[in-house]
Amino acid sequence: MERSFEKYFRQNRLPHMWCPGCGNGIVTKAVIMAIEKAGFSQDNTVIVSGIGCSSRASGYMDFDTLHTAHGRAIPFATGVKMANPDLNVIVLTGDGDCTAIGGNHFIHGCRRNVDLTVVLFNNNIYGMTGGQASPMTPTGKKATTAPYGAIDRPFDACKLAEAAGATYVARSTAFHVQHLADMIKGGLDSHGFSFIEAMCQCPTAFGRNNKMADPAKMMMALRDGVMMKAAWDKLPAEKQAERFPIGVLCQKEYIDYAKAYDTVIEKAGGRA
Amino acid sequence: MAEFTIKTARCKGCGICVAFCPKQVLEVDELGKVQVVNREACIVCGQCELRCPDYAIFVDKGGATA
Repeated sequence: MERSFEKYFRQNRLPHMWCPGCGNGIVTKAVIMAIEKAGFSQDNTVIVSGIGCSSRASGYMDFDTLHTAHGRAIPFATGVKMANPDLNVIVLTGDGDCTAIGGNHFIHGCRRNVDLTVVLFNNNIYGMTGGQASPMTPTGKKATTAPYGAIDRPFDACKLAEAAGATYVARSTAFHVQHLADMIKGGLDSHGFSFIEAMCQCPTAFGRNNKMADPAKMMMALRDGVMMKAAWDKLPAEKQAERFPIGVLCQKEYIDYAKAYDTVIEKAGGRA
Repeated sequence: MAEFTIKTARCKGCGICVAFCPKQVLEVDELGKVQVVNREACIVCGQCELRCPDYAIFVDKGGATA
């Protein structure tokens, strides 16, 4: 039976171009499920993406979509939101797109608290360009630019977002599809900068370099590498380092950028 | 009995559905497409559908006569 979310896909663009077993397809479905649950229509939702494997997702989704410059999805989305604050603006980005090339845009988006929902597809690698190490490649893992294992420490994008001022920060994985959809829905419902890290597998560029080419085994590793935040909080510190907490990591209230800008418009004499 | 909808053109044979099926209902055939080989055993848990990255497999509970 056809699922109700099928109408949110551009049918003539499927099957998508992602490799067999790629987690991006699962995360995209979770985004679609969350949009459906939140009750957004195709006319008031804008999907903005940057460059990379993950950013191809916008092309498969039947909304108003914007495929922008590398790392610049958040500035474009900020522009869309400021021009028409009534729109629901969702940013789909990858780990390289968001934390390397777009690193500054990311932290300043958080700082301004623009009312966006940013979903970071974290596959730990630059997949599209040939498997180079990204700022989120775990220490010791191999990449084409780190054939002996990365020596860099990876970013914790959730902590980064929280420290920079995002008002909703959550993490989930491609294994926990329904949980991931719930986390994204939480972001869509909250006002202000919402950031959701979706950990997912890249069997082709990351897995093959790290003796994990089987996508199903990579998903099991995702499952075993995380823990619900409530349980994780009770772990001793040395155990906490072994796993990532998933769930809502931070939720607070702060005036969003469009509302703050309304006060400027008012002081300057109101809208024309 | 379980009713499967398989969009073969979308399937890339990654084997995620096969690996997560608790009842060994599915298999990837020699052309690299998913195939139902043991429909009677299916308990309609939906694990295959949930994690399919290509939106290629859907499983529903069939009617009593199905």
